[in-house]
Amino acid sequence: MLIIETHGLSKSFSKRGKKVEAVRGVDLSVEAGQIFGFLGPNGAGKTTTLRMLTTLLHPSGGNATIAGYDLIQAPKKVRDKIGYVSQTGGADPASTARENLVLQARLYGSNKASAMGRAAELLQSLELEAFADRRTSTYSGGQRRRLDLAMGMVHRPPVLFLDEPTSGLDPQSRARLWEEVRKLQQNGTTIFLTTHYLEEADALCDRLAIIDEGKIVTEGTPTELKRQVAGDVVTLGLEATNGALQRGEDLLRSQAFVREVNLDKNDLRLYVERGEEALPQILRLLDGAGLVIQTIALSRPTLDDVFLRQTGRSLRETAA
Amino acid sequence: MKILRDTWLIFARSMTLTLRNPVWVVVGLFQPICFLVLFGPLLEGVAQSPGFPPGGAFSVFTPGLLIQLGLFGAAFVGFGLIADLRAGVIEQMRVTPVSRLALLLGRALRDVVSLLVQCLLLLIVAVPMGLKADIGGVLIALVLIALLGLLTASCSYALALALRSEDALAPTLNLFTLPLLLLSGITLPLTLAPQWIRNIAIFNPFSHAVDAARALFNGDFGNSDVLVGFLVIGLLAIVAMWWAARSFREATA
Repeated sequence: MLIIETHGLSKSFSKRGKKVEAVRGVDLSVEAGQIFGFLGPNGAGKTTTLRMLTTLLHPSGGNATIAGYDLIQAPKKVRDKIGYVSQTGGADPASTARENLVLQARLYGSNKASAMGRAAELLQSLELEAFADRRTSTYSGGQRRRLDLAMGMVHRPPVLFLDEPTSGLDPQSRARLWEEVRKLQQNGTTIFLTTHYLEEADALCDRLAIIDEGKIVTEGTPTELKRQVAGDVVTLGLEATNGALQRGEDLLRSQAFVREVNLDKNDLRLYVERGEEALPQILRLLDGAGLVIQTIALSRPTLDDVFLRQTGRSLRETAA
Repeated sequence: MKILRDTWLIFARSMTLTLRNPVWVVVGLFQPICFLVLFGPLLEGVAQSPGFPPGGAFSVFTPGLLIQLGLFGAAFVGFGLIADLRAGVIEQMRVTPVSRLALLLGRALRDVVSLLVQCLLLLIVAVPMGLKADIGGVLIALVLIALLGLLTASCSYALALALRSEDALAPTLNLFTLPLLLLSGITLPLTLAPQWIRNIAIFNPFSHAVDAARALFNGDFGNSDVLVGFLVIGLLAIVAMWWAARSFREATA
């Protein structure tokens, strides 16, 4: 079942008289129960898309259905069904975690008793109890982010939107938050998150869409994306005797399963469809031709390779 | 009613935060009390001059100061909203199905309550200074000041949502509050002013509020100033609330 579906969703702003198209026609489909990642550099249109999907920003064009409700026609119904954790979070620094959670639950319609109960439950499960009655301005980054997450899930929404959930967190806090996100998924929540961390997209997401300059450039599972675009990389070291490298290169280039061969100093770099199937074939071929293999390495492409191929830029560079 | 419930929730949250630092309610009183104690006595001499409204210096000056409280006390509430915007609190609320009007009303009603508390404290100080007023008139004047507080607070919130920065909000508010104060006859009655100032002051809603409050303090309920004051302030309050609620609905970034 599709729980989020968008068609031609777009947003343009006018900035000092100039029209800026932040999002240009985004089509997305998210299956219920998935963790869907929205990957792209800063300024690519991730947050703008998310803010449209969470009813905070009115789209300039296109439409979307979320949890069965039309985003444009029934934003109030959509609000009941979604939770949102913004990039900076939205807990009031002058109030305690418990006060923040109780108010948030009550704004979603809970009565006082059940709001108190739900807050206590979340404080416990996210290990915030010890400082639940302290003002949130005193929290560490990780504590703060767990509270933000709790704020988004206080009404048990079927869909949770997370904008850069682990941005700026230390590795432990990040791993901790990933755990929470996975736990939510196990309880049936669909999670739509944006990130510019490749590791995060890779580790957490069932499906990914890469957005650049307001457009989706590619979409699929992390494995599909990596395979579709870059293939696998095999690096071969051959014993360099009278033209062995050249012979090896020619031999491999003629094979259908090899997309591309580059001579890199004394190594051959092969781009192949499926590395695990290509390795035995390469071994057999070179052996048969009497070429001696000294080293062989298979590496997987990273999402950065995917991004590089699709946009011509490295995500690591643009994210910095 | 959802709107009432939502308004109550926002009001309670805002009030809790105000009560955590009640000192600011008192600090906000400092300026009007200075005016009352250090400027009021100067008026006792002027009160004898022709053109000065009837009722004695403090009966003329105190209602003006209440309006001034309503103007200055509520005009700066937008700063608190900018802090909330920056912390993401407003967005966190806007993502819930909470009524957008309640986001405004809850805050503005908190402002009205703290304004009325300030007014009562000011009145308590004014009585020993020589204030003589009709009790019923004072109560009705407080209703007018509550409306005026809604008007000023709503404008301040709408401006805060449009400008989104303290650096822009402060000069913008000063731009409006000072001429509004000077052209309202709060410090010296406009009956003493030259005709051209009186002609401009007609367009200042606060001058009508001051006239209405003075008439009420005198127990002059049938005075047309009372009706005009309520109509002007009431209508503008509705327009301002509409403007601010709309800004809450469309607030971005």
